[in-house]
Amino acid sequence: MIREIVGMVFISIGILFDFLGVLGLVRLPDVYNRLQAATKCVTFGSAGILFGIFIIQGFTSFGFKALLGIVFIFLTSPVAAHAIARAAHKSRIPLTPLTVIDCYEADHELKDKVD
Amino acid sequence: MSLKWKSRLIVFLLSLLVWLALTSWRDVQEIVAAIVVAALVSLAAGHFLITTHKQKHLLVRWFAAVTYFFLFLREMIKANVHVAYIVLHPLLPIKPGIVKIKTRLTKDVAMTVLTNSITLTPGTLTVDINPQAQEIYIHWIDVKATDVETCSKQIGAQFEKKLKEVFE
Repeated sequence: MIREIVGMVFISIGILFDFLGVLGLVRLPDVYNRLQAATKCVTFGSAGILFGIFIIQGFTSFGFKALLGIVFIFLTSPVAAHAIARAAHKSRIPLTPLTVIDCYEADHELKDKVD
Repeated sequence: MSLKWKSRLIVFLLSLLVWLALTSWRDVQEIVAAIVVAALVSLAAGHFLITTHKQKHLLVRWFAAVTYFFLFLREMIKANVHVAYIVLHPLLPIKPGIVKIKTRLTKDVAMTVLTNSITLTPGTLTVDINPQAQEIYIHWIDVKATDVETCSKQIGAQFEKKLKEVFE
């Protein structure tokens, strides 16, 4: 009984952060800022939901699958964000006008001139 | 035992445990399948896990890994509250930019963990990495400094110290 309440609390927190991540995806201006919201909140939110499932299910094979899901999300989500950000920059998707500095662009322009 | 086979043995045991955790371990067929698959995996890709000898004792490194985990968890919760604050603020207070930091880590695994941690901590996202020059390009949602030294101190320093203990 108490286990189910604690699990539900974790699942609710997870859904809340997933919602905030989606809100960020809609409100923020460009692809890089949107990735920030998407990776952080969605990773934490999904991990919260899976952890809640683990607490409700306990040490069954179902619960273990939820735990392994957390590990894999934590390993893959930052890598995917890095790949998308890098690909976006390489295909010259512009940063928002609010941007104050872009070292990556500067360094790669330098490299182009050397080549 | 050579380093290669030690690495393969560790991968074998890990994949065996994962397989048995995912399926039911009371069935003999499952255990046989687990041993076959784990052996194949460790033969094919097992030698990538450990490539160098470590100087520090195993227990010291595990203790550092556990403290690193808690440091990471704290930073991760801070990151989520930070993003929640930005997203819910009516004026959207952001000042984005891509900065460059230097790292003193040399090993692939340590750098991978560092960049993944940077992505999941407040306001920063790894865009690209240059392993030869040991430079990491980071998208920062709220730029506070633009020179390399200050950025390195503010973004990477706290993780870097711990990761050096864990991996070297």
